Amino acid sequence: MTRLVEVRTRVLKQNDTVARRLRSRFEDAGVSVASLVSSPGAGKTALLERTLTELIGDFRVAALVGDLATDNDAKRLARSGAPIRQITTGTVCHLEAAMIEEAIADWLLEELDFLFIENVGNLVCPATFDLGEARRVVLCAATEGEDKPLKYPTIFNTADAAVITKIDLAQAVEFDAAAMHRNIQAVRPGMTVLEVSTKTGQHFSDWLQWLTSQAAEH
Amino acid sequence: MHELSIAMSIVEMAAEEVAERGGTRVHAVHLKIGQLSGVVGAALRSAFEMARESETALAAAVLRIEEVPVTVRCIRCDGDRVASFPELRCRVCGASTPHVLGGRELEVVALEIES
Repeated sequence: MTRLVEVRTRVLKQNDTVARRLRSRFEDAGVSVASLVSSPGAGKTALLERTLTELIGDFRVAALVGDLATDNDAKRLARSGAPIRQITTGTVCHLEAAMIEEAIADWLLEELDFLFIENVGNLVCPATFDLGEARRVVLCAATEGEDKPLKYPTIFNTADAAVITKIDLAQAVEFDAAAMHRNIQAVRPGMTVLEVSTKTGQHFSDWLQWLTSQAAEH
Repeated sequence: MHELSIAMSIVEMAAEEVAERGGTRVHAVHLKIGQLSGVVGAALRSAFEMARESETALAAAVLRIEEVPVTVRCIRCDGDRVASFPELRCRVCGASTPHVLGGRELEVVALEIES
C-alpha cells in the first residue's frame, strides 16, 4: 500500500542550523563578518588583500578563503599580516557553514573586529548556502559585462551590497555603468552599489567606509 | 553543481524518514523549489537520479517538483503580490520592490511511501 506522508522539512536544515549558531557566536563576540562572492577572476583576493592591509593598522582583521585546490590565495592574503586560513573544498563548488565552523574552531573571535570569508569563485552555488555572515557582498568586474545581474539574479538578490571592481578598466572595455546599475537594481531593488579599483585605489575608501559603517551597526 | 549535494541531502532525509515510519520504499519525493532558491529543477532531477542509487529504499523514487514563484510585499499597491523574475516587479502594478516574502523555498513537502 502506498501512502502520502507529510514531511515539510527544509533540505538545507543542517546547514541553516550551523549558520544560525555561527551568526550568534559572531554577534556575541562582536566581530563583523562579511563574505565575498563572485565569478572566478573578478578580483576577490586582490580586493581582500588590499582591504586587510588598509584595515590592519586600526582593526583586528582575519580571513578565511575557500578554493577547490591550492593555498595560493591564502599565501597572497597572508602578506597583509592578518591571520588567514585556507579552506580547500576538493570537488565542492561552494563553502558550507560546517566548513566555516571547523576552520575557526581554535580562533578567539572576541579578539577580532572583522572576519572576511572569501567564497569559491562561483556565481551560482554559493547563493544557496548561508554561512552565518552578517553581510554578503557580491563582486562583479567591469570587464565582465553589464548583464551579470540578470544572468545570476539569485546571488545578487541574496547579497547585501555589490562592488563593481576593476573600474580602472571601464573605459578600455566600454563598460556601461548606467546599465550595470539598472540591472542590479532590477534584480535587487535598493541594493548598495560601489565602484572601486583595487589597483589604483579609486573609490577604495568608499568600500572601507561601507565596511566600518556596517560594523558600527551591530 | 551544488544540486548533487542537495540531492544527496534529500536522499538521506527521505531514507531516514521511511525507516522511521516503518516503510520499505519511497515512490516519490514531493519538493518545493522557490525561483530564488538558486536550485534548478532540471539539474536537481539528474543529480537525484545519481544520488538515489546510494539508498535501496529510494532506488526507484522520482522527484515531484512544485516551483514556487517569487512573491513580494508591493509598496505601491500595498499588498502581497507575485513578482516577475529575474527583475523583481509586482505583477499587478509593475512597481520594483525589494521586500521578498516567498520564493526562497527548498523544502521536502511529502513522501509517497510503500509500507
